[in-house]
Amino acid sequence: MGCMATEESYVLAIGTKKGLWLATSPDRREWSMSGPHFLMSEVPSIAIDTRNGRTRIMVGVRSEHWGPTVAHSDDLGATWTEPEQGAIKFPEGTDAAVERIWQIYPDAESRPGVVWAGAEPISVWKSTDGGEHFELNRGLWDHPHRSEWGAGYGGAAAHSIVVDPTGDKVHIAMSTGGVYRSLDGGTSWEPRNKGISAYFMPDPNPEFGQCVHKIAADAAVDGRLYAQNHHGVYRTDDNGENWESIAEGLPADFGFVMLTHPRRAGTAWVVPLKADGERIPPDGKLAAHRTDDAGRTWKRLDSGLPQSEYNAVLRDAASVDSAEPAGVYFGTRGGSVYASPDEGEHFIEVASHLPDVLCVRAAVVSASLVPGAPVPA
Amino acid sequence: MADISVVLPSVLQPLAGGQSILTAPADGAVTVGFLLDSLAGDYPVLARRLRDETGALRRYVNIYVNGDEVRRLRGLETEVAGGQEVVIIQSVAGG
Repeated sequence: MGCMATEESYVLAIGTKKGLWLATSPDRREWSMSGPHFLMSEVPSIAIDTRNGRTRIMVGVRSEHWGPTVAHSDDLGATWTEPEQGAIKFPEGTDAAVERIWQIYPDAESRPGVVWAGAEPISVWKSTDGGEHFELNRGLWDHPHRSEWGAGYGGAAAHSIVVDPTGDKVHIAMSTGGVYRSLDGGTSWEPRNKGISAYFMPDPNPEFGQCVHKIAADAAVDGRLYAQNHHGVYRTDDNGENWESIAEGLPADFGFVMLTHPRRAGTAWVVPLKADGERIPPDGKLAAHRTDDAGRTWKRLDSGLPQSEYNAVLRDAASVDSAEPAGVYFGTRGGSVYASPDEGEHFIEVASHLPDVLCVRAAVVSASLVPGAPVPA
Repeated sequence: MADISVVLPSVLQPLAGGQSILTAPADGAVTVGFLLDSLAGDYPVLARRLRDETGALRRYVNIYVNGDEVRRLRGLETEVAGGQEVVIIQSVAGG
């Protein structure tokens, strides 16, 4: 492992309300920051795609004045490229315009050019050229439920995409609308929300309409996903056919974040907030919580986090890396960013006083890509 | 016939090769929408900053023809003649 520290580096991309910052580290403890990139534009979505023998950072950027776009960098942010005609735009005849790109999600290693995206208005997109051009998923756009999907506080968007790495199964989540599943690679979609409460609706158990904040798949158990809902934390073991509460043991069942381990079964993280009406860490004390048994028990993780914190952590302002042990990262709306090199046991403050953190993504990259990083002989 | 001048805000000039003023030959009056269409051929990224994919002017982009904001005129159907100036300015927004 000592050798690994000189050959590998870690990249942490931090998307905020007013630009993107990039942090690099040889050990996930000492971090060097660069930025802002895209100053005065918000960066609500990021992907770091390490397939195809390159490290491509893709960002969804949105200017209040100049609208949304997608850019990518293959040199860790030294230069950025934006497809001239735009990577994501609604085709003629839809009479719709992209408002914001909420999610960029590289597909499995076995499908190296495929990248998915989720956007506002509620839509899912797929690229087969590494994220340079995306096609609208017509199965979802033309879905008969679409007119009944609503907007959460942050807007109406498809914000979570989870793709089966070996098959054609895709789960997405939208606010509000809930979880939808495709078994044919995205051609057709059906809601899968049984067991997830929509307490804010006249019928609290509708087929769809839930406000699911984030979903993530278990890395090792086929058919198992976790969901952080607008009140409620859930697990399914049957591809969303049935969801059951796993909120017991958490200080609150509200929040936005849901992370899963890159390899280990049963491990997931949440960052609870007190309630819909009080979107602060419970008791003003920030903590992540991890389960190692698929939600039966939870462990509070607050070592290295501030004693007092009243800012929320948004749904994509949290990430894991693929290292062993896995790194856990999250940022707050107060502009603090924390990294844990040991699965949440200890956190280190990477940055503070940035604009509101909207998205973080982390990856292990070759040290040769990082300016100034030690290069192995 | 004199050209039409399109004056860009500094933040958009890098998308037009660093130019602060673009000129379009005017053979009679043209609409602002036509001007933006023709601009899209040479500067597609710049064009996307001004209008979304439906062709609508972005909410916080203001275009002035001889000092009048086009939303108070005929929108993108507002006509511009040779010798006139079209000024693009972002509105005061954000925080």
